[in-house]
Amino acid sequence: MLPDLNNLPVYDQTGVNERIQRFCSRSIKTSSKTAGLKLAISMIDLTTLEGKDTKGKVRQLCYKAMHPHDSIKDLPTVAAICVYPSYVSTAKKALQGSDIKVASVSTAFPSGQSSLEAKLTETKFAVEQGADEIDMVISRGQFLAGNYQYVFDEIASVKEACGQAHLKVILETGELDTLDNVRKASEIAMFAGADFIKTSTGKIQPAATMQVTYVMLDAIQDFYLRTGKMIGIKPAGGISTAKIALQYLVILNEVLGEKWMNKNYFRFGASSLVNDILMQLVKTETGMYQSPIYFSKD
Amino acid sequence: MRNHDTDTTFKASWKYSEAPESTSHVQIKKQYDLYIDGNFVKPVKGKYFDTINPSNDQKIARVAEATAEDVDIAVKAARKAFKSWSNLSGRERGKYVFRIARLFQERAREFAVIESLDGGKPIRESRDIDIPLAANHFFYYAGWADKLLYAFPNRNPKPIGVAGQIIPWNFPLLMAAWKLAPALATGNTVVLKPAETTPLTALKLAELIQQSGLPKGVVNIITGAGETGASIVNHPDVDKIAFTGSTAVGKYIQKATAGTHKKLTLELGGKGANIIFEDAAIDQAVEGIIDAIFFNQGHVCCAGSRLFVQESVADLVIRKLKHRMESLIIGDPLDKNTDIGAINSKKQLETIQNYIAIGLKEGAEIYQPKCELPKKGNWLAPTLFLNVSQSHKIVQEEIFGPVLAIQTFRTIDEVIEKANNTPYGLSAGVWTQKGSRIFHLTQNLNAGVVWANTFNKFDPTSPFGGYKESGFGREGGLHGLKPYLKFE
Repeated sequence: MLPDLNNLPVYDQTGVNERIQRFCSRSIKTSSKTAGLKLAISMIDLTTLEGKDTKGKVRQLCYKAMHPHDSIKDLPTVAAICVYPSYVSTAKKALQGSDIKVASVSTAFPSGQSSLEAKLTETKFAVEQGADEIDMVISRGQFLAGNYQYVFDEIASVKEACGQAHLKVILETGELDTLDNVRKASEIAMFAGADFIKTSTGKIQPAATMQVTYVMLDAIQDFYLRTGKMIGIKPAGGISTAKIALQYLVILNEVLGEKWMNKNYFRFGASSLVNDILMQLVKTETGMYQSPIYFSKD
Repeated sequence: MRNHDTDTTFKASWKYSEAPESTSHVQIKKQYDLYIDGNFVKPVKGKYFDTINPSNDQKIARVAEATAEDVDIAVKAARKAFKSWSNLSGRERGKYVFRIARLFQERAREFAVIESLDGGKPIRESRDIDIPLAANHFFYYAGWADKLLYAFPNRNPKPIGVAGQIIPWNFPLLMAAWKLAPALATGNTVVLKPAETTPLTALKLAELIQQSGLPKGVVNIITGAGETGASIVNHPDVDKIAFTGSTAVGKYIQKATAGTHKKLTLELGGKGANIIFEDAAIDQAVEGIIDAIFFNQGHVCCAGSRLFVQESVADLVIRKLKHRMESLIIGDPLDKNTDIGAINSKKQLETIQNYIAIGLKEGAEIYQPKCELPKKGNWLAPTLFLNVSQSHKIVQEEIFGPVLAIQTFRTIDEVIEKANNTPYGLSAGVWTQKGSRIFHLTQNLNAGVVWANTFNKFDPTSPFGGYKESGFGREGGLHGLKPYLKFE
């Protein structure tokens, strides 16, 4: 049932900015840095979502996901590969034998401008192809028009179509305008059955910001205290450096803590982030920065 | 609200490695003398005392103890310098103050480290707040030096003479800047005494002033405890006393200067009310509570040490507050990740512990997060007291430590009455999304500063000072020039 959206907590943009600044001033050094970077790798949804994607590119990306950088010992694999529905089966085959998940975007990604029927068909197709996780988009137009029930029902229907697959609900916070709206959309998604809430498609600027992530974490905490259900979170888009990734982990660490500090409850949606993290990891081992040419680009 | 047996702790799992600020660039001498008439001179009686690092009890340096004889020499030097300094054009005086500001900014990191070493405050605060703000005060008042005739048109402003300035240990350098900058810009000369537990940054400032080429005797910095301060207050040739510190000492100073020609400003204690309405952005309000009471270990005269939460959101606020306190990092002040540093002195630690004992005896419910405190040095966990009333001693008296007393309220009139029901009147905070309510409260709260949806924000352009037993006179802004001027 649609939750009561009239008494939701509100957010003060200035106050949230200050809080974020304070998280970002944490100094992550030595062993805590290495641990954080490795954790970040294990949480990445390695993503390619382009019209020019090919099967070959997807297969290469899958190999990279399983072997981020073989010369570093004890390096985890990434959490998942994120592709369009048409490449799910390719990815699934390429990842056989690993425990890396295949995530597929769905529901007329990135705009969501299609009929419910088409969205459900697309979702079912992706699941049939073998997708372990579905990344859906909400109908922002309906949300902004105040048709919350529509948004809620749509998410619930897609959840049903997902079957066993995990559902990540993309709020596309860059189009929601205010932090209060981000909270409202988070609430609708969680009550409608989302397993994860995700900030952005990566196709709209601004994509993930620490501010909206913080608000979503706050919503997840409140939801957990009310229902006992742990919802995951995935900031996506624009997280391209190891430093920023560590700052996100600081926020996660200090707001939700240890139960959420793993790939079951936190993901980064990113593509170029992996290599920057690898570069930092090699630097902490050797004391020197290596040239980017030593890191494979797939 | 909860209908499941959920684990409500959100314990952080990722421990941050040590990240200490480098001290290699910092120079501290083994012994510091008195800075009088442009030189460092030995005290007449040859007495020295140790200054201690409160985070590990280690001695940092020996510092001269000024006696009445030294105070007399310093006041004479200031008197001698006054004639030419006050006759200098405002523009020339402004140049000197600007030069101090710039030198200060260049050496900001060194000052920040020493401030944290000597006083126990986290480097995050001394680096990001104390030192930049202190520099800004010099910059701001440097700008006023040649504009006094425009600041006070047709009133012919003139400097007063020799100012005796006595500053506290909670913001040693920032308070020195608050006092020195307006005094110099207006053409006064100064004898300044930092607190006995935190003299080092003021003495480093003396070195910097010496390098800046400020004419000799314009600023004299002498160290010592209460008796040294009393000698300044009672010296017949001092024209103005500016004091920041406890209300008890403030009362003594007012008695001592009564019937003399001395002008006086006092910035004393406080028991600030931080008021949270049900419509506030609760999560940011909780962060505001943290800033209000745990900033600088609660050693803040304008700390929001009384929290008033509207009844309907009290459970939520307290739950969030406790959660937030779990993620505060307490420890080495020089570690960049430290949120709460060491209590400034053994004596202050005892005072705070005594108040905690009183609170417990009064039957208040205590809450402290589970945190490991270092073995050596002066440490105290951040503390909440719940279920208290206006009649509790811990609600009435200034504790000057990381101890918050929490009460709930129902109506706006009730909270205004309770907030004003204190001998103090320095600060207050209001948290609500409603603009009209903010204005209603700012008009009715008896406090020198009322923050809305924020707390403990300072700016050189904004006047700061108290009502009632929190003192009188304003520092900062245009208002901050007045106490150092006489008008004809």
